[in-house]
Amino acid sequence: MIRFILGKLLYLVPTFIGITIIAFGFVRILPGDPVLLMAGERGISPERHAELSALLGFDRPIWVQYFDFLGRLFQGDLGNSLVTKKPVMTEFLTLFPATVELGLVAILLATLIGVPVGVLAAVKRGSWFDQVSMTAALVGFSMPIFWWGLLLIIFFSGILGWTPVSGRIGLLYYFPDVTGFMLIDSLLSGQKGAFASALWHLILPSVVLATIPLAVIARQTRSAMLEVMGEDYVRTARAKGMSQARVVGVHALRNAMIPVITTIGLQIGVLMAGAILTESIFSWPGIGKWMIDSISRRDYPVVQSGLLLIAGLVMLVNLAVDLTYGLINPRIRHK
Amino acid sequence: MTSMTRILLAASALALTSAVPALAKTFVYCSEASPEGFDPAPYTAGSTFDASAHPIYNRLVEFKKGTTEIEPGLATSWEVSADGLEYTFKLRQGVKWHSNETFTASRDFNADDVIFSFMRQASADHPWNQYIAGISYEYYNAMEMPSLITEIVKVDDFTVTFKLSRPEAPFLANIAMPFASITSAEYASVLEAAGTREDLNNLPIGTGPFTFVAYQKDAVIRYAKNAEYWGTAPPIDDLVFAITPDAAVRLQKLKAGECHLMPFPAPADLEAIKADPNLKVEEQAGLNVGYLAYNTTMPPFDNANVRKALNMAINKEAIIEAVFQGAGQVAKNPIPPTMWSYNDAIVDDPYDPVAAKAMLEAEGVTDLSMKVWAMPVQRPYMPNARRTAELIQEDFAKVGVTVEIVSYEWGEYLDKSMEAGRDGAVILGWTGDNGDPDNFLSVLLSCASAEPGGANRAFWCNEEFSALVSQAKQTADVAERTRLYEEAQVIFKDQAPWATLDHSTQYVPMSTKVSGFVMSPLGDFTFATVDIAE
Repeated sequence: MIRFILGKLLYLVPTFIGITIIAFGFVRILPGDPVLLMAGERGISPERHAELSALLGFDRPIWVQYFDFLGRLFQGDLGNSLVTKKPVMTEFLTLFPATVELGLVAILLATLIGVPVGVLAAVKRGSWFDQVSMTAALVGFSMPIFWWGLLLIIFFSGILGWTPVSGRIGLLYYFPDVTGFMLIDSLLSGQKGAFASALWHLILPSVVLATIPLAVIARQTRSAMLEVMGEDYVRTARAKGMSQARVVGVHALRNAMIPVITTIGLQIGVLMAGAILTESIFSWPGIGKWMIDSISRRDYPVVQSGLLLIAGLVMLVNLAVDLTYGLINPRIRHK
Repeated sequence: MTSMTRILLAASALALTSAVPALAKTFVYCSEASPEGFDPAPYTAGSTFDASAHPIYNRLVEFKKGTTEIEPGLATSWEVSADGLEYTFKLRQGVKWHSNETFTASRDFNADDVIFSFMRQASADHPWNQYIAGISYEYYNAMEMPSLITEIVKVDDFTVTFKLSRPEAPFLANIAMPFASITSAEYASVLEAAGTREDLNNLPIGTGPFTFVAYQKDAVIRYAKNAEYWGTAPPIDDLVFAITPDAAVRLQKLKAGECHLMPFPAPADLEAIKADPNLKVEEQAGLNVGYLAYNTTMPPFDNANVRKALNMAINKEAIIEAVFQGAGQVAKNPIPPTMWSYNDAIVDDPYDPVAAKAMLEAEGVTDLSMKVWAMPVQRPYMPNARRTAELIQEDFAKVGVTVEIVSYEWGEYLDKSMEAGRDGAVILGWTGDNGDPDNFLSVLLSCASAEPGGANRAFWCNEEFSALVSQAKQTADVAERTRLYEEAQVIFKDQAPWATLDHSTQYVPMSTKVSGFVMSPLGDFTFATVDIAE
């Protein structure tokens, strides 16, 4: 098992170096530089441009900048934002809990609904439930997030007035950040109604963010279940006269869960991508919105370090999934 | 419970902790972007100034509400020497600084604060010049302050003299701009001692109508009324910015009562907003211009008659209708009609494709192919450059000119459009910084601005025009300046370096409960005078 873990960890090293190159190169490939964007319509003289580029360290050869970035990285310094001038790490830690909170609720929602729907669709294969739910899953999977988010806002917040339009909590509530997780901080604040307000604000964004993972999980669960249900041991269990609930719940589901767990793990990356749009629509102060703003301002340090942090995180989650997989299935760790 | 009742409750909840009267009024503004920081000096975005310079700070002189006229701010009066090289300001006495958890001022505002505020931007050797590594003062530089201000002298605690290197008529307008906000020298020394210099940008201390309370990044900014404000204290108790970047979401928040006022509605939503009984819309001509700049150094565009013929081929009314959905007006001059010295006597080139075609033929221009550059972004003066370019393409086709539309990423667009020998005419525009005509005519059309690093994208250098603008810049008498600028506009129209396209209208939707909001021609959003009905 230790060899298995070490092997997996070893794989991370080249992946990580690859990510640093992509993260560093990505924003520099984009045309336009931060100094030009800052000057706007007014224009900037070549001398002043050179002066500011030097001040920001962009006058050095690109590989020098890269190794400088790498060197600082190993000292735990991710650089400062060109715009706010604050350390990237500080900004990341301020905004990250908001994204995690939204992501966790979304993945929870997607799993709690997706798995039962997938199981039921598999058990009742060919029924109207199967057809309706799988068509809905296909629609959900192809949903343009921005449009979907706006549609929900207009309907539930605008027309019905049931949910708040955007933000993390009602402006009525004001308390300092403790954990950065609004659901926890609102409880800690002791302010009456704060928790309910935070929960209420989470509904629409988490539904929007959960839409695509929900569709994927439901479809994956259904196909995994169908495969397992055809196995000999399920037939044997049935032949022994076990109840349908026991066959499905114990024998089939447990085995079908292995690919489903992998899928859920892979959805973390999808969630990060979805968070960028979801956060932008719902004015959700997380890292998705932060990345979008920084890309449009060519805030190089934020984009490169932000990408690195996000990619590193997705990598760690995938590692965790791999390890879990190894724990569940001995054949994998002994391969 | 409606959102508005929640907000009112919020106010009372805050009141309990901050010991203000129980029925506190909270005004919520759905702002369009996060502030870059709270020190106005190093930044250039309007959304940053709305969150910093306007609520928190004051300037020596300020723009009178709703106008671009100068009125006393932290200076009560000023005198200009006969040669125009010395400006002596008498400072307001008894102005209190805000306080926060780490700072309580031991003294009122005085001359030391003025000198600190300017010198930290002026001198690279000033200990506060680089209080955050890599910081720069772009507006101070852009307004040519480094070459203009030679010295700032403290005459006594409440008198300062600015010594200039040349007479500069727009000087007062320049120092009414956000970058010239006055910060506390004493607060700086306290931060210095505590080793937290960056808090000058994070936890601002000013003299303005609102004190800074807290900023939750990318989400909410909170301010409280400055009860000790030297001017008229704001009618509201708490001011909240709910940062909402998407225009459609802002509108939903406004409709749902989650905020009282929003900037920059989508033009397509205006009809629906006007029809909503709970909302009202204020409008004002924006201090801006959108234009198509020819490259006047390249044939055949070096011929003024060719440029005029092309201008006559553009149906500007159609652009206003299709692109602005009526929310704008056709431009005939390079400065907007709300600006002093606007020459209304000038007659625009008529829309006449037949005459235009004949004029082109008379100049020997047939089978002309050209590029028209369309900006990739929305700006206040141009909501959709691509659509505008398409309309121009159709118009030019009618006079036998083939147009290829090109576009680049925004930063690259700005850069490439200023490259010598540029191929094609460029759609661009300008929003005024300070209401002075020099800020348009000199910045966009003088010979100096046609050099690399300038903003004269027509590369148009007309000695006569430049001389008039430069003379006006050094003339103190407004009547004389007006005459010079009017004359310059005649030359501009005659030489046609641009097709002047539009001046857009700015709209501000708000709840009908809001009163006292004054639109600023400079596009600022300030809330010192707003009130809300219970």
